[in-house]
Amino acid sequence: MSVSPKPAPAADTAPDTAVVRKALAHDSGERHVKGTALYIDDIVEPLGTLHVAPGYTLTACGPIAKLDLTRVRGAPGVVAVLTADDIPGINDCSPAMGDDRVLADGATVFPGQVIFAVVAETHLLARKAARLADIEIAAEAPVVTVDDAIGRSDDLLAPYAFNKGDVEEALQAAPRRLAGEIRIGGQEHFYLEGQAALAVPGEEGDMLVHSSTQHPSEVQHTVAKVLGLRDAQVVCECRRMGGGFGGKESQATQWAVIAALAARATGRPAKLRLDRDDDMVLTGKRHDAIAAWQAGIDAAGRLEAVDISIAARCGCSADLSLGVNDRMMFHADNAYCYPAARIKSRRLRTNTVSNTAFRGFGGPQGMLAAEHMMDSIAITLGLDPLDVRKQNFYEPGRDVTPYGMTVEETIVGRLVDELETTSDYRARRARVQAFNGKSRLLKKGLALTPVKFGISFTLIHLNQAGALVHVYTDGSVHLNHGGTEMGQGLYVKVAQVVAEAFGIDLERVRITATTTAKVPNTSPTAASSGSDLNGMAARAAAETIKGRLVELAAEVFEVDAGEIGFRDNRVWAGNESMPFEELTHKAHLARVSLSSTGFYRTPKIHWNRDEATGRPFLYFAYGAACSEVTIDTLTGELRVDRVDILHDVGRSLNPAIDIGQIEGGFVQGMGWLTAEELVYDDGGRLLSHAPSTYKIPTASDLPADFRVALYRSEGNPEKTIYRSKAVGEPPLMLAISVFSAITDAVASLKPGSVPPLDTPATPEAILRAVTAMQEGS
Amino acid sequence: MRRSIRFLRRGRLVELTDIEPTAMLLDHLRLTEGKRGTKEGCAEGDCGACTIALGRRVNGRLVYQPVNACILLLGMADGADIVTVEDLAGPDGTLHPVQAALVAHHGSQCGFCTPGFVMSLFTLYRTGERASRETVNDWIAGNLCRCTGYRPIIEAGLEAIDGKQPDSFAKASAETERQLAELEDGEDIFLGDQERFFAAPASIDSLARHYEDHPDATIVAGATDVGLWITKQLRDLPKIIHLGRVQGLAVVEESAEELVIGAAATYAAVEEQITRLDPDLGELWRRLGAKQVRASGTVGGNIANGSPIGDTPPALIALDAELELRKGAEERRLPLEDFFLDYGKQDRAPGEFVARVRVPMPGPADAFRCYKISKRFDQDISAVMGAFRLTLDGKAVRAARLAYGGMAAIPKRATAAERALVGADLAEPATWTPALDALAEDLTPIDDLRASAAYRRTTARALLEKALIEIAGGDDRETRIVGHRRAFDERVA
Repeated sequence: MSVSPKPAPAADTAPDTAVVRKALAHDSGERHVKGTALYIDDIVEPLGTLHVAPGYTLTACGPIAKLDLTRVRGAPGVVAVLTADDIPGINDCSPAMGDDRVLADGATVFPGQVIFAVVAETHLLARKAARLADIEIAAEAPVVTVDDAIGRSDDLLAPYAFNKGDVEEALQAAPRRLAGEIRIGGQEHFYLEGQAALAVPGEEGDMLVHSSTQHPSEVQHTVAKVLGLRDAQVVCECRRMGGGFGGKESQATQWAVIAALAARATGRPAKLRLDRDDDMVLTGKRHDAIAAWQAGIDAAGRLEAVDISIAARCGCSADLSLGVNDRMMFHADNAYCYPAARIKSRRLRTNTVSNTAFRGFGGPQGMLAAEHMMDSIAITLGLDPLDVRKQNFYEPGRDVTPYGMTVEETIVGRLVDELETTSDYRARRARVQAFNGKSRLLKKGLALTPVKFGISFTLIHLNQAGALVHVYTDGSVHLNHGGTEMGQGLYVKVAQVVAEAFGIDLERVRITATTTAKVPNTSPTAASSGSDLNGMAARAAAETIKGRLVELAAEVFEVDAGEIGFRDNRVWAGNESMPFEELTHKAHLARVSLSSTGFYRTPKIHWNRDEATGRPFLYFAYGAACSEVTIDTLTGELRVDRVDILHDVGRSLNPAIDIGQIEGGFVQGMGWLTAEELVYDDGGRLLSHAPSTYKIPTASDLPADFRVALYRSEGNPEKTIYRSKAVGEPPLMLAISVFSAITDAVASLKPGSVPPLDTPATPEAILRAVTAMQEGS
Repeated sequence: MRRSIRFLRRGRLVELTDIEPTAMLLDHLRLTEGKRGTKEGCAEGDCGACTIALGRRVNGRLVYQPVNACILLLGMADGADIVTVEDLAGPDGTLHPVQAALVAHHGSQCGFCTPGFVMSLFTLYRTGERASRETVNDWIAGNLCRCTGYRPIIEAGLEAIDGKQPDSFAKASAETERQLAELEDGEDIFLGDQERFFAAPASIDSLARHYEDHPDATIVAGATDVGLWITKQLRDLPKIIHLGRVQGLAVVEESAEELVIGAAATYAAVEEQITRLDPDLGELWRRLGAKQVRASGTVGGNIANGSPIGDTPPALIALDAELELRKGAEERRLPLEDFFLDYGKQDRAPGEFVARVRVPMPGPADAFRCYKISKRFDQDISAVMGAFRLTLDGKAVRAARLAYGGMAAIPKRATAAERALVGADLAEPATWTPALDALAEDLTPIDDLRASAAYRRTTARALLEKALIEIAGGDDRETRIVGHRRAFDERVA
């Protein structure tokens, strides 16, 4: 095994900027390694802090026939036990639809739904007491799986469809038609820091909530709603999360709200930190789904018509499922032009935990359906899957998506060509074939798949952001914005933008915790939009202050404002300069404001959901990955041998951070597709609810040979912050290349037959497909 | 008798006299000391966010091992130097080489797992060896990171751990060793009263006496299983008898005839000898939990808890191991397979404990293979574990011992297949079929979240077939995708 080569240097080897586009370390890197970075559970508790644990039953779901909390109330250390009756405001913690009870009221809709909360002197005493309730549920037969729900008629949300042309006619007219189906597994976020919140009561009902959340504003608003307060009485703050991945977009709220309820009920600070098993049982996951497709193709595998139906398990409530399922549809084309298309979506109701946002937000499922179709076409026609893919890419003239948006930037072909060369795809294809011809038990597979991912919230009003920048007289800068830090490096990227604006060192910019008291009414940090939105808002704030400073400097230096420049921690007029802090001090004496908000809203985008037309995305992010795998046909075991990635981040704001997102996203996607298996029993109870039974990748799962490079971009054609592109989600879908490579390996057993392989491709799933191929031959 | 536990923190002696029997080390660090760098990620020893280093004298040398503080009973830390993530940087803030490398390589994103990685890499650094990628992978196999994809962490490890620069712990090691030596008083430890106690007897006789007096006590060796009873099931275990201080119980003796493993010997303590016994055993050991689990968990515990999916029993049964049990002054021996009676039921009387396991060395005519099948290669629990010892006469099978984990309510010998295999010809695969078919009689797997019964049956058969192909002379580079025997031999050499 060889040590993987270092990732190729960023495309921008000579940045024309001082701070942005540089591979700078994460702002908290040193604090992380010293253990001094504080997460919610690390904050020194205010005196008298109580601890909260959720109470629930896994026996069944349905009407609550009996709820006897006598033993809970009498347990050691218990201070209060809260039920729905103790909620002063509205018992709802849903992001929009009003269908998520904070504490169950009369009935539960999934096994494990929280019914009560124990407030006790210690975390352990609260957890112990929570298990003492006497609960009887008038059990109703649960609807658990996609298969259970698909035959029923009480979908959670209305079905939805995109139509482009007359797909029926085009299918009939196509020289050849193929059909296929794939089952797509869900995924647990497994953020290392579980859900946590600390609520500190203030005067007159005011509440300060420290929450590990991607959406402080929603926590604030929901705490106010549930407690019967005005929004202005609640502050939500988050310095950092120990991982989010979408799992703390809407579903951090409930825990913050319960902590706030406990604080309100007792008048004491209250902390709720979910134990890992509770976290996995009680919070939603990536939607699992069944995708079925029909394709009309010509003899060369070029698509003429595509009909895709995806039915996804939403769980017991809407949560963010509308947007997630819409995005499955938005990405069911991946990078391919469907001349005629119908994309249909069903949103299934089940008696299981409410599924939620997860990196990619439906995009991965949609894309996987498209790539399954590509592989199936190639296998059936006996073509190299890469050739089938390449001739179906969007290109000028073939650039309209099934939802009517024109793909203006059609670089996927060029990007894939480059990776085809750098990964040595053709020669390795020959080697893989030769290996498979010789090897009886082990088989290799190779695949190169593209990613095209739409950037912008498809709920248009979320595409806005605010920032607050203060410059102090000593020349130091206080930066605040609505985005949250979950490890993705947003804080350092935005700080780079502000440092660049003022021409000062990054160290002079103090990054501060996201709080609803500084920047209000924010959007969640999601949809990969963090730097695009908050970077622009922060720059706007900095530019406002800078404008005032320029005016002052022009007076001081007695030059035109156009001659003033900021660099190297100094303010310049021609060859004359003064330290930045000298000017800020002068500004204060001259009574010039050194504080400003900044605001940004994404231009160009519009989306009419009823008509299914518009331009929901400002731009697309692109990437491609080439994966080589080996499978053991006796046991189904899998090894990923080599992965080459080429990914487009426009002109990177921070190549080190972006590479980290690409690699981390890829490995997380690989886990989703190969090893991470959510197992539910017939009662809808999650059985794989801890890392002992739910297996995310470890270090040795990283391909022995892993080559990651940034696409040499001319910059985002749209006017994004320093012409960069979003990077949070798209790389996850690069991992589809691993699944396609497994498919390729299994397909080698019986040329022409599409392996019946679903995800996750665990050893068992692979062996099942292998056996099916062998028995069928 | 000592009524306290004692350990070192940053060169200072800490002595605790009043602890709950089930107090956890992580809670002590976070709640009592208020040191919050060490994180709780799963409270079951699977994610490694709580990894700390325990320094102890091993054969007169100071060795730091990574352990999961979340499932380590506080009392078990007696006699150790406890090192946490806060302790690595110098007083002037200078980062330890592994910390500096992690920052330089962008090895942290959300940072929550990072203290655990720091500590795992720190313990690897302390070995003084230059690290290879395989070594780094092994040492961080028990640390989950959900953000980075591991590449920068691995590269940080490779760069920092070059075996060249001594760190501040190397400079302090003589003094630390002296301090630790002073703590070795050979006294029984007993905290609490007859109803609730943490006991750590210092001799086998004292252990036997204690356990006879308190047959309802919970015996704790590494706590990699018992720890979860406490953190997950929230069980109150009022009486704890810890084996870690029992003189002689952790002894590992290797002779030409047998390997004798004391019940309190950790997986780590016997790794070298077991790997010498057979490379497949080395690979099995490497995949048993991860470094943290192997530093705490014991072979004796793996046997005594009777799990049908413990990884060592099938291998040891295939090797014809014997178990020694002791109760009071009485000792008895039995074949290991006879210890496992039924699910959750072992041939062990109240007050009786596992004393040691005796593993005969394979003879020149013996060929051994074992395989572990799980969803993930590292730090996972077996869906199926197969272990096979064939005694050969040229190409003819003279005798066979076939044992499986995950295929029945107990670690199970496949006796029908063993009988059917006798006389089979390795050169004639057709002669293997009766044995492969007979496995269906021997094994009664169930469906569970790790695998279906059907997969287990198919795979159990496939593993025996794979063993036969390999023993018949097949190159294992053509039969397996991980754990190649030659690579392992080279690595050990």
